[in-house]
Amino acid sequence: MKTRHKRLAIIIAGVAGLTIAGLLVLNAFRNNLVFFYSPTEVLAGKVAVNKTFRIGGMVEKGSVRRSGDGLKVDFVVTDLNKRMPIHYEGVLPDLFREGQGIVAQGRLQADNTFTASEVLAKHDEKYMPPEAAQALKGGAYAAGKEAKKP
Amino acid sequence: MHKYASPKFFYALAGQLTPWLGGLTAILLIVGIYLGLFIAPADYQQGESYRIMFVHVPAAWMSMFIYMMMAGAGAIALVWNIKLAEIFSSVCAPVGASFTFLALVTGSLWGKPMWGTWWAWDARLTSELILFFLYIGYMALQASIDDPRRAARATAILALVGVVNIPVIHFSVEWWNTLHQPASVSKIGTPSIHPSMLAPLLLMIFAFSVYFFTVALIRMRNEILERERHTSWVAQVLESKT
Repeated sequence: MKTRHKRLAIIIAGVAGLTIAGLLVLNAFRNNLVFFYSPTEVLAGKVAVNKTFRIGGMVEKGSVRRSGDGLKVDFVVTDLNKRMPIHYEGVLPDLFREGQGIVAQGRLQADNTFTASEVLAKHDEKYMPPEAAQALKGGAYAAGKEAKKP
Repeated sequence: MHKYASPKFFYALAGQLTPWLGGLTAILLIVGIYLGLFIAPADYQQGESYRIMFVHVPAAWMSMFIYMMMAGAGAIALVWNIKLAEIFSSVCAPVGASFTFLALVTGSLWGKPMWGTWWAWDARLTSELILFFLYIGYMALQASIDDPRRAARATAILALVGVVNIPVIHFSVEWWNTLHQPASVSKIGTPSIHPSMLAPLLLMIFAFSVYFFTVALIRMRNEILERERHTSWVAQVLESKT
């Protein structure tokens, strides 16, 4: 075995070993690397009570209630399995609308509702012109646009 | 093969290539930006703001692509002791770090209006930030060792260790719940991006790649002159210039 072959073998083995080690470490920290929990996970008791965490899901259609001054918002986040009512006071991102994915940071209350201190909007990986979206969804886009208007 | 790998030959070859590559970069950038900013339609969800994608996505791709080139060249330099591979690896780092920075900044500017935050410690954003620190670490290590050949060996090992981060960046959006959305283009099946938006995006990625090779060749020429400054051929080159 020539030295350069030996060096090549050492490098390949080293990189492979480090990759495996890295993936094992990341796998072990899997739960701590999660940016948000789903309502199902929260209601199953996977999150410690009285701890700030993030909950993510879709804003349920028809669930958004705004107060008179427009800053207090109540809505329901769902993962299409379990629902979680969320109370929030503050400015919402532009993308916040019914049917949109969001991530809210805050605390779980005793009555199994969630008080958020921050609401972030998620958007999906789809990019298309409005006409294409309309054709795809058969007018669901137009309905979403209507709902966005205060 | 050895002829192509000799610094003297490469210096001349790179000098002939750079004007062409530079011109190609300019054309691709102009066409890509024009198509992206003026011709591509607005997005159904994000309106006009999504157009920052035409800088953000190519910059993020380049940040990973350049890292792989840098680590690959470092490995070749370690195994076969090729000077040119050492030089290529060493010139990659600042360019890669710039693209990583650009990806982080444009992502931040995009995140504020869309997500509602400049920064979030989600897996995709954090691993990209680690990539930035890897580049910085590479450059710091390189600058701290005077002998370029010893520096090349040390930095190659650092670059190879950091390769672990690349699949983490790429798959972070699939492995964990992240704020960042999953991949649009590089996924199995059809891309979930409309052809009228995909075309300028791919053009911009191509433009950024050609730009990288242009800058890499220019930087390599400088590095070759610096390293070979005591040889007769460099003296001749410098004499013919003055």
